[in-house]
Amino acid sequence: MQLFSCPFCGPRDETEFHFVVEAGKSRPEPADRVTDAEWAAYLHTCKAPKGAAREVWLHLTCGEYFMMTRDTVTRDVTGSEPLRGTET
Amino acid sequence: MQRYSALSLLRHSLSHHKGWQPAWRKAEPRDAYDAVIIGGGGHGLATAYYLAKHHKMRRVAVLERSWIGGGNTGRNTTVVRSNYFYPESVALYDLSLRLYEGLSRELNYNIMLSQRGMLIAAHTPMQMEICARIANAMQLNDVDGELMTAEAAERQVPLVNTGPSARYKCMGGIWQPRAGVARHDAVAWGYARAANALGVDIIENCEVQEIHTEGSAIAGVETSRGRIRTDRLGIAAAGATPSLVQQVGVSLPIHDYALQAFVSEPVKPCLDTVLLYLGTGAYLSQSDKGELVIGGGLDRVPTHSQRGNLPVQETVLSGLLEMFPAFAQLKLLRQWAGVVDVVPDSSPIIGPVGPEGLHINCGWGTGGFKAIPAGGYLLAHLLATGKHHEISRSFDLSRFAHGRLIDEAAGSGIAH
Amino acid sequence: MSGWRHDALGSEIDRSQSLSFTFDGRKVAGFQGDTLASALLASEHRILGRSFKYHRPRGLWGFGAEEPNAIFDVQLNGVTHPNQRATTTHLVDGMAARSVNAAPDAARDRFALLDRLHRFLPAGFYYKTFMALGWKLYEPMIRRMAGLGQVDAAFEPPADTPQINATCDLLVIGSGPAGLAAARAAAQVGRAVWLIEDAARLGGSLRWRGGQIGGASWADFATETQADVEANGGRLMTDATIWGAFDHGLFAAWQRCVGAPDRHWRIRPRQVILAAGSIERPLWFANNDLPGVMSAEAAMFFLACHGSLPGRRLLVTTASDRTYAIARAFADAGAHVTVADQRAEAPEIDDIRQIRGANLTEAKGRTGVEGAMVGGIKVPCDTILCAGGVTPTVHLWCQAGGKLDWDPDRDMLVPRPGTAPLTVVGAANGTLDLAAALAEGHAAGGGTGPAPEAETQTTQASAPVRPDPSLPGRQWVDLQNDVTLKDVGLAGREGFTSVEHLKRYTTLGMATDQGRTSNFGGLAAMAAQTGRTIPETGTTTYRPPFQPVPFGVIAGPRRGDLFNPLRRLTLEEAHRDVGARFREYGGWLRPSVYGVGDEVTLAQDEARTARATVGIFDGSPLGKLEVIGPKAAELLDFTGYMRMSTLKPGRARYGFMLSETGVVYDDGVVLRLDETRFIVSASSSHVDGVRFRLEDARQDRIGRDQVFIHDVTAGYVTLTVTGPKARALIADAGIGLPDLPHMGVVEISVGDMPLRVARISFTGDTSFELTVPARHARALRDRLDGALAAQSGRWIGLEAVMILRAEKGFILVGKDTDGLTMPHDLGWGGPRQKRQDEYLGKRALFTPEAKSNMRRQLIGLTVPDGARPIVTGSHLIPRDGTRRSLGFVTSSYHSPTLGHPIALALLEDGRAQMGREIYCFNDGDVRAAQVGPICAVDPAGDRLHG
Repeated sequence: MQLFSCPFCGPRDETEFHFVVEAGKSRPEPADRVTDAEWAAYLHTCKAPKGAAREVWLHLTCGEYFMMTRDTVTRDVTGSEPLRGTET
Repeated sequence: MQRYSALSLLRHSLSHHKGWQPAWRKAEPRDAYDAVIIGGGGHGLATAYYLAKHHKMRRVAVLERSWIGGGNTGRNTTVVRSNYFYPESVALYDLSLRLYEGLSRELNYNIMLSQRGMLIAAHTPMQMEICARIANAMQLNDVDGELMTAEAAERQVPLVNTGPSARYKCMGGIWQPRAGVARHDAVAWGYARAANALGVDIIENCEVQEIHTEGSAIAGVETSRGRIRTDRLGIAAAGATPSLVQQVGVSLPIHDYALQAFVSEPVKPCLDTVLLYLGTGAYLSQSDKGELVIGGGLDRVPTHSQRGNLPVQETVLSGLLEMFPAFAQLKLLRQWAGVVDVVPDSSPIIGPVGPEGLHINCGWGTGGFKAIPAGGYLLAHLLATGKHHEISRSFDLSRFAHGRLIDEAAGSGIAH
Repeated sequence: MSGWRHDALGSEIDRSQSLSFTFDGRKVAGFQGDTLASALLASEHRILGRSFKYHRPRGLWGFGAEEPNAIFDVQLNGVTHPNQRATTTHLVDGMAARSVNAAPDAARDRFALLDRLHRFLPAGFYYKTFMALGWKLYEPMIRRMAGLGQVDAAFEPPADTPQINATCDLLVIGSGPAGLAAARAAAQVGRAVWLIEDAARLGGSLRWRGGQIGGASWADFATETQADVEANGGRLMTDATIWGAFDHGLFAAWQRCVGAPDRHWRIRPRQVILAAGSIERPLWFANNDLPGVMSAEAAMFFLACHGSLPGRRLLVTTASDRTYAIARAFADAGAHVTVADQRAEAPEIDDIRQIRGANLTEAKGRTGVEGAMVGGIKVPCDTILCAGGVTPTVHLWCQAGGKLDWDPDRDMLVPRPGTAPLTVVGAANGTLDLAAALAEGHAAGGGTGPAPEAETQTTQASAPVRPDPSLPGRQWVDLQNDVTLKDVGLAGREGFTSVEHLKRYTTLGMATDQGRTSNFGGLAAMAAQTGRTIPETGTTTYRPPFQPVPFGVIAGPRRGDLFNPLRRLTLEEAHRDVGARFREYGGWLRPSVYGVGDEVTLAQDEARTARATVGIFDGSPLGKLEVIGPKAAELLDFTGYMRMSTLKPGRARYGFMLSETGVVYDDGVVLRLDETRFIVSASSSHVDGVRFRLEDARQDRIGRDQVFIHDVTAGYVTLTVTGPKARALIADAGIGLPDLPHMGVVEISVGDMPLRVARISFTGDTSFELTVPARHARALRDRLDGALAAQSGRWIGLEAVMILRAEKGFILVGKDTDGLTMPHDLGWGGPRQKRQDEYLGKRALFTPEAKSNMRRQLIGLTVPDGARPIVTGSHLIPRDGTRRSLGFVTSSYHSPTLGHPIALALLEDGRAQMGREIYCFNDGDVRAAQVGPICAVDPAGDRLHG
């Protein structure tokens, strides 16, 4: 059982978390200027890196999305931070 | 190729079985091939076999980074079936099942195809409605599917929990008589042996490090055992496919997850069919050795490591016991995980990508074993002719940009 | 020849307490403290089972989890437990043990003839045959022959198998000398230590090898250690197996309990010391599987702990000095002992008969050892004790990611330090000497001062022992799966030379002993055959479980009501009081119908009443998400397909939420209470999904300080009053309603009860959703219930609601839509055409596929009066009878309002087919239906606005 760290709640069991998307994608807009291929790429393609990965995760129990840095082979977690700074 | 039969066994027993030849030759890589296939799993080996058999290509190599059949081919729960909803899926998986049905004789290798039937069990009236939707779709596609009643299901699976404590009582479900299991290793070995007999080089411990292109076409591969020239490259490397094609500028919609399987200590026959329970998500069958072979959901953390986690073990096994309380006394003997390449619509990607001469066959996710013959057949067709077979056309990568996904879970409400 | 019990030896049995049990129906005696194995070893029973493939007679080999042969179905208190290892089953009075793979019993197995056919049944023979007539013909017979024990179909697992999460400072795995020293050292510096022992008692190899530690007996040392551990907040567990090392430092333990369900522990220690000991390798010679061939360590264990001896004339075969202590112990116990030492230079001893430099090549005997060929000379004996060397138990080290190094001097694979976050000590680390093991443990435990002292063995020389496939006869490598050196040789010749191929082709190491006794021999034989070293040949991967663990322990108590627990209504009891029958709908237990009798008839009656007068149903599971803040409207504009910023306060609007793939994810009504306050309703099974989509937009797009989202579903109860008499009933109930238009919403109070009233209809009739905080649920319900009779109304269940909404063509997402359905397929193309701003899923509504005119669109179906309803799940096919699916029926009911069946369906290019006939296919039957509008009842909406 892996331990992930929610930046708001601290370390919790992996079962409380949901993988959302690889980090670094921004939604292409406006829709009428986005090609089919660009939209498909945004929706579907991914790097699925073997090793270091930066990903957006959701902590299901508190509802916060956050950024996690981890290794997809060793499963070491090296960092987690809020999605966009800590401005309130 | 030495012929395998009861008679040959008898004959070789007189010479203490000293006369058996290697099932496949341990080939050294040559400088150039007419076609190279990366990935010595079932799909790669089947591709090589059909290239040689149907397309008469003999200068073919299969490159395997480790030992053949060691990836998901040797790590699955060995279920074969074609109980699908969309005509495209049915065409693909039923081609596979039909090829499986003649495979032992075709390869002269007993893959122990055991068509003991499969039940997808439903627990609510709404699930039963969806089962009817699928069974009718199967019938319209000329596949043997039928709706099974609760009583018939109970007869088929006598130990299933129908007591007052059952959280998910079986209301019946979809029955496919031709579904079943096959011996996974034998499929890989059988294809390897038959392909090798047709001249294919099977090169183990040979890792591909780089794909070479010239202009906009494939030129060869750099491997841990040297450079190999070819202008036709097939990739059937499951979760390793995305990083290989990224070298030639292709991004794929593939995430990698671990999928676990579980095996109990062997017991006398107590389950005669393959069973998938919609309520618990667990599926199982009993092997000829008597072991229960069990699977369930994915470990929902993307990973490239073949390690299973405890939470999913607890979920799958509690699901198993919800179905079969008596199995609580059985012991977990082995557990392992495969890394499965999951596509958003859970259908495979078959077709050309990137430079000319490059074709891929990947994205089988949790269901690649049953598709081995078809996957090999279709990739061989692509490599030999450069064109899609009618059946593989719908599974081209371009479907994502067109929005024409083949999403079985979406269409049938049942994840495959 | 038979085993016997020594008069005095046996430190762990209580001779004052005799126990009785049966083996294959025959009565056997034992003592308190015995295992099934130790009691049987001392009995006349030698054949304890039959082998899986050849049905060879088999006796006891080991004393723990490595036992491959003595596997029984054990009956106790009316329950049969299959596949119990005799060596790990504590003897209980009245047990009945039955051998497996044998009929009628182990001694007289009628399949013993199979052994004569062994020549035709080499490894993997089944891949080469059974093809001509089809595998189907042979498989049933093979299945009947295979399998070990029998599942007890009546077995009911205990309801309360505990699963316990724990943390600890230091986890010490194994309580042999190294583990004890580590635990003691750590406890003495004040650390809280958890010491986990797989066996029933502390001590590990000290239990049978004995020894003095710190000048006193080892037992005193163990007792002191126990006291130190307990005094410093630690914990001791025996009969507990650490069965898996998982990610991020989690260790799983199976604790076996007497008189209570076994427990499952999930332990997260800060530090781990692994002291799991080692296991003895077998020896390879012809007929090395005969009953009477035994591990020397195991024999020593049974002698010391239980006083059980396997025979009178013992041949001890070894190439190690360490075995001499065992030979001497048996001689002292009165057995006739001969040592056959493979080493020509073995140290000479004078008190025991010794043969040096000669190999044991064959065991003689038919159903048990009757002699042995040593260096070409027959040595009479009834037992052969084998000491083939030592393999450290490194499973958990490897599971935790640790690597191994081959140590040629010690002839073993040992942990490579630093490759896993565990410290390995003692025999598990290849350290066999008692004093050295104590020192390692002491150091690892952070001990201060000198390590506990013990006498250092002066000599422990040994020579490596390897299988010799050239010997005549069959030499077993894997006893349970019947794999011989010939099989390994065949696998090698056929190219199955990688360790994994060898394992899979021959089944070597795949038995319930998990290869503990077989892997090394197979590996060594394959290495020799292929001219590689052992490390070049490789090892198989170590994965959990370290030992087979019952499914029930891992699954824990999650069964029945505790498996995906159902959500319950606040008013469940009140509904039961008026005859509600409950069923699961999307995870909620809800009334399906009220009353006694046929459910279909009741649902029809309820629906008819609701159309005629008034019905009330409990709509509480509908999600209620409060979206509050200055940018709440902006957020909902983005997350919704229909715009909500144009909604006026006090009004409600129906809308979809799409996925980014353009597919309808959920539908529901949004209420705007005031400028900055909305309530978003969501399907009961989509509440979390909708909330997370809203949160995503809030956190990543709109700004977390601009909107607040609150799921209040569980805090409120909603009762919906529907029908022509709805307004009258509410008035009778003493609730003063303001004049509310269709899709109007208002917050009022009735006494101290705050009440939200929304005039929203899911039935097509005038309906009022009355929502109150859950604490007022009963009060609201009683008011409404009290007014029902006067209006000739009734409570209606979900089945009636389903009929009412289908008559009106109101969809259920997930039933009338599938995972490809887009809003314009449902007739809601407006926003797609008109909206200029961005919203979830927008771009995907314009792919070539989304623009196709062959999409499946929602339509209605009618059949002639008097016909039965179309089966839901039927497919629509062309009228020319072509077997091509054009779509399928999603909802189908008899309409009590119209008096004939109605249905909803998704149909290819459906809206262009209005009025046409189409065929419905179900299980081979084909019938006609007519395509029509979605809404079958009151298309003008008179009832809604009335």
